[in-house]
Amino acid sequence: MRLRNDGPWGLCSSRQFLWRSSLGQVLYFMESFDPAELPELLKLYYRRLFPYAQYYRWLNYGGVIKNYFQHREFSFTLKDDIYIRYQSFNNQSDLEKEMQKMNPYKIDIGAVYSHRPNQHNTVKLGAFQAQEKELVFDIDMTDYDDVRRCCSSADICSKCWTLMTMAMHIIDRALKEDFGFKHRLWVYSGRRGVHCWVCDESVRKLSSAVRSGIVEYLSLVKNMKNDKCGPWLEWEIMLQYCFPRLDINVSKGINHLLKSPFSVHPKTGRISVPIDLLKVDQFDPFTVPTISSLCRELDVISINEKEREENEADAKPRTRDYKKTSLAPYVKVFEHFLENLDKSRKGELLKKSDLQKEF
Amino acid sequence: MEFSGRLRKKLRLACDQKNACYPHSLQFYLQPPSENISLIEFENLAIDRVKLLKAVENLGVSYVKGTEQYQNKLEAEIRKLKFSYRENLEDEYEPRRRDHISHFILRLAYCQSEDLRRWFIQQEMDLLRFRFNILPKDKIQNFLKDSHLHFEAISDEEKTLREQEIIASSPSLNGVKWESESVYKIPFADALDLFRGRRVYLEDGFAYVPLKDIVAIILNEFRANLSKALALTARSLPTVQSDERLQPLLNHLSHSYTGQDYSTQRNAGKISLDQIDSLSTKSFPPCMRQLHKALRDNHHLRHGGRMQYGLFLKGIGLTLEQALQFWKQEFIKGKMDPDKFDKGYSYNIRHSFGKEGKRTDYTPFSCMKIILTNPPSQGDYHGCPFRHSDPELLKQKLQAFKISPTGISQILDLVKGTHYQVACQKYFEMTHNVDDCGFSLNHPNQFFLESQRLLTGGKDIKKESSQPETPQPKPSVQKTRDAASALASLNSSLETELEGLEDYFTLED
Repeated sequence: MRLRNDGPWGLCSSRQFLWRSSLGQVLYFMESFDPAELPELLKLYYRRLFPYAQYYRWLNYGGVIKNYFQHREFSFTLKDDIYIRYQSFNNQSDLEKEMQKMNPYKIDIGAVYSHRPNQHNTVKLGAFQAQEKELVFDIDMTDYDDVRRCCSSADICSKCWTLMTMAMHIIDRALKEDFGFKHRLWVYSGRRGVHCWVCDESVRKLSSAVRSGIVEYLSLVKNMKNDKCGPWLEWEIMLQYCFPRLDINVSKGINHLLKSPFSVHPKTGRISVPIDLLKVDQFDPFTVPTISSLCRELDVISINEKEREENEADAKPRTRDYKKTSLAPYVKVFEHFLENLDKSRKGELLKKSDLQKEF
Repeated sequence: MEFSGRLRKKLRLACDQKNACYPHSLQFYLQPPSENISLIEFENLAIDRVKLLKAVENLGVSYVKGTEQYQNKLEAEIRKLKFSYRENLEDEYEPRRRDHISHFILRLAYCQSEDLRRWFIQQEMDLLRFRFNILPKDKIQNFLKDSHLHFEAISDEEKTLREQEIIASSPSLNGVKWESESVYKIPFADALDLFRGRRVYLEDGFAYVPLKDIVAIILNEFRANLSKALALTARSLPTVQSDERLQPLLNHLSHSYTGQDYSTQRNAGKISLDQIDSLSTKSFPPCMRQLHKALRDNHHLRHGGRMQYGLFLKGIGLTLEQALQFWKQEFIKGKMDPDKFDKGYSYNIRHSFGKEGKRTDYTPFSCMKIILTNPPSQGDYHGCPFRHSDPELLKQKLQAFKISPTGISQILDLVKGTHYQVACQKYFEMTHNVDDCGFSLNHPNQFFLESQRLLTGGKDIKKESSQPETPQPKPSVQKTRDAASALASLNSSLETELEGLEDYFTLED
C-alpha cells in the first residue's frame, strides 16, 4: 500500500475551512433544526424532495438480474424508535407510496436476499439467505478520539474534519488503484462520519471473508505509543493521526444494514448527501442542508409561485422540486455516479454478447 | 521375435496407461475412483489412511511444520504406509492409486459432522502442503495445469515494470533471486490470506504472487473444494450407508483405534498385586493413576471407573484370580460384605475377562474411546484427565504430581488446542525425564509398556510395545489374515456396541 506525501491536504486548507464553516455556523443558527418538527418535515421531504427516480435507478442496477430490487431489504425506523426490518418493495412507485405512508425517521439498506424480505416468514427454514450487497465502509469520528483534542464523541469541527478528509483520500485511492473498484459512492453520514458504498457488480458478490480481508488490508496497527524516538518519529505520528480507522463489523457482514443515502439524521436534521470526490477537500459538513432548511427553501419557492401551482403540488407530487433547492448539487453528484454505473453495465453487456456472438 | 516384440509393446502401453492415470505424486482428488475393489482392500485402505492422517496430526503438533525433523518424519510415515509422496520415483502407480482411493473412502466417513470435516480437511491440507513443497520446480506448472488451476506466470516485461513494487510488498521474496522467480497474476480475491496481511502487491484488482506464495492459495482452493465435496458427500451418504457391508465400518472409522489392542496375555501373571501402588505413580498414565488413587481412597469405584481401570489392569498382565483378589480386598475395606461382592461384582469381573455370558474377551479401552465416550460426572473418576478435568483442577493435579511449571503450562496449552494425547505424551516426557517420548500415544497400556521399557531397559516387553511395522511382503493368504486381525481389533475395541458384528466379517476358514 502506498501513501502519498504530495498534496497539501489538511495543512493549508484549514484556513479555507475556517472561513467556510463560520459561514456555515451562521446559516446553522438561522436555520436551526428542531427534532420535534420531524414528522411534519419528513412528510414534506418524502413528498417533494426525496429523489426516488435516481434512488430506484441505483438499486435496480439496470434490471439485469431478475428481482434484484424486489429482494432488497430495507429497514425503517419510525417515530418513538419503532424499528421494522425486512421491508421490500415491488418497484419505484411501491417504494414511494410506502415511504410517504410510513414517514420513516431513518432508512437503512440491507442485502439482496434469496426471496422477498417481506415474505421471509413464509420461506422454509434455512432457505432465506442474504446473497449480495455492496461493500460498505463506515468511518466514524469517535474512532479518532485518541488523536483529536478539539472535540470529543459526537462533536466535530473543521479541525478534526480534516482527519476525515485524509481518511477518504487514503481509502479511496486504495479501493481504486489497488483493488480496481470503479463505482465508489461516498456519503456524509449526517453527523460525524462518512460512508462508502462500493457498487461494482463483482464486489456485490464478494464473500464475508474477502470483505474482512479488505478491511484488514486497509487498517493499520491500533495502539501506537508516543514514546518512540529516531528518524521515523514524524512519519509515525503522521500515520497514527491519519490512518483510517474502520469498523470491521460494518464491512464484513453481507446482511449488515447501513444508513441509506438521502436519509435524514434524526438528531442533526442533516441529509446524508453524496460527496463529490473531485471536490472532497472542499467538502464542509456544516454546509450540508438540513431537512428544516430545505423545507424552508421550499416554502420560499411556493410563496413566489402562484397559489394554483401550490394546490396542484398537493394533488400530484412534483418530483423535481429538489432541483430548486440546495439538495440539487448533491443529486447531481449521485446522477454522475449512476451514469458511470450505466456505462459500465453497457460495456459488460456488449462484451458478453460479443462472446456469445449475439447480434 | 515378432511376438515378443509385440508383447513388450503391449506391456509398455499398459504401463503408460497406468502412469497416465496418475501423472503426479500428489493430486487434488477431483475425480473419484471408478474401479472395483474387494471389501478387504476397502477396509485396509481406509485404516491405513486414518493412520497416516493421525500421524500427520501428531507430527504437526509435535514439530514445527516445514522443519527438517518434521519433513523427515512425515516422509517416513508416508513411506511406511505405502502412499505416494515424491515425484521422481519408479513404480509409483500403486502408491498413487492407494492414495487416491483411500482419500475418497475417508470422505464417506468424515463428512458426517462439522468436527470430523474440520479435522479431515486440516490433515489433508497439511499432507498436500508437504507434498507440494517437495515438488521439483519444473513439475509445478504441469501439475497446476492438470489440476485446472489457471495460474499463469506473467511475462518478463510485466515483471520488470513492477519489480520495485512486487519486491517491496512480498516478504516471501526475501533472499530469493528475482530473475529466477516466477510471478503469477491472479484476481485479488483468490489471494485472500496474502492481501489481508499485506504480503502481496495489488494493482487494479490483481495480486502479483511469487511462486512461494502460490502454495497458500492452492491450499485455500483445495480447502474450499474439499469442503464443498464433503457437504455433497454427506447428502448422498444415506444411499451409501444402506449398504450393510459398509455401514458399520464407516460409522466407526472416525472413532476407531487402529493400533494394537493390548488384549494378548503375553505378560499375564508377571505383575504382583503389591507392585501396583508403586507402578501407579511410576508407569501408569494419569487417567489410571487417578482411578487407582480414587479406589484406594474410597475403597470403591463406580461402573465406568471399574471398566476402564479393570480392563487396563488386565492389559498390563493381571490374571483373573489376581483381579478378583485385588478388587475384593479393596471393596471389603470399604465395609462391603464379602458375600455381596461375590454375588454382585465378581461376576462382572469374570465377564470382562471373557469367562461368563457370551465370553467376549473385552479389550482395554484406547485413548480415543476414553476421550470420546462416556464422559464422567460427579463422583466418577474415569475418563481422560486432559479432556475431562477442569483446567484449574488439572493444573493442581499436575502440581501434585510434581511436574515443573513450564511443563504444566506446555501441557495446558496442548489441552487448550484439544491435543489431549500429545499432552499425555508430554506428561510422560516430564515424569520420565526424556526429551522425546519416542512414540505416538494411542492407548493407556501403550503408555505403561513404554514406561516399563524405559525404566527396565526394555528386556522382555519389546515385541508388544512396538507398533506394527511395515507389513511384511506377503502372499494374499497372509494379507487376508492381517486384514482379519485388523478388523478384529477394530471390532473388539468397540465392545458391546458392535454386538453381532462379527457375523459381517466371517474370515476364518
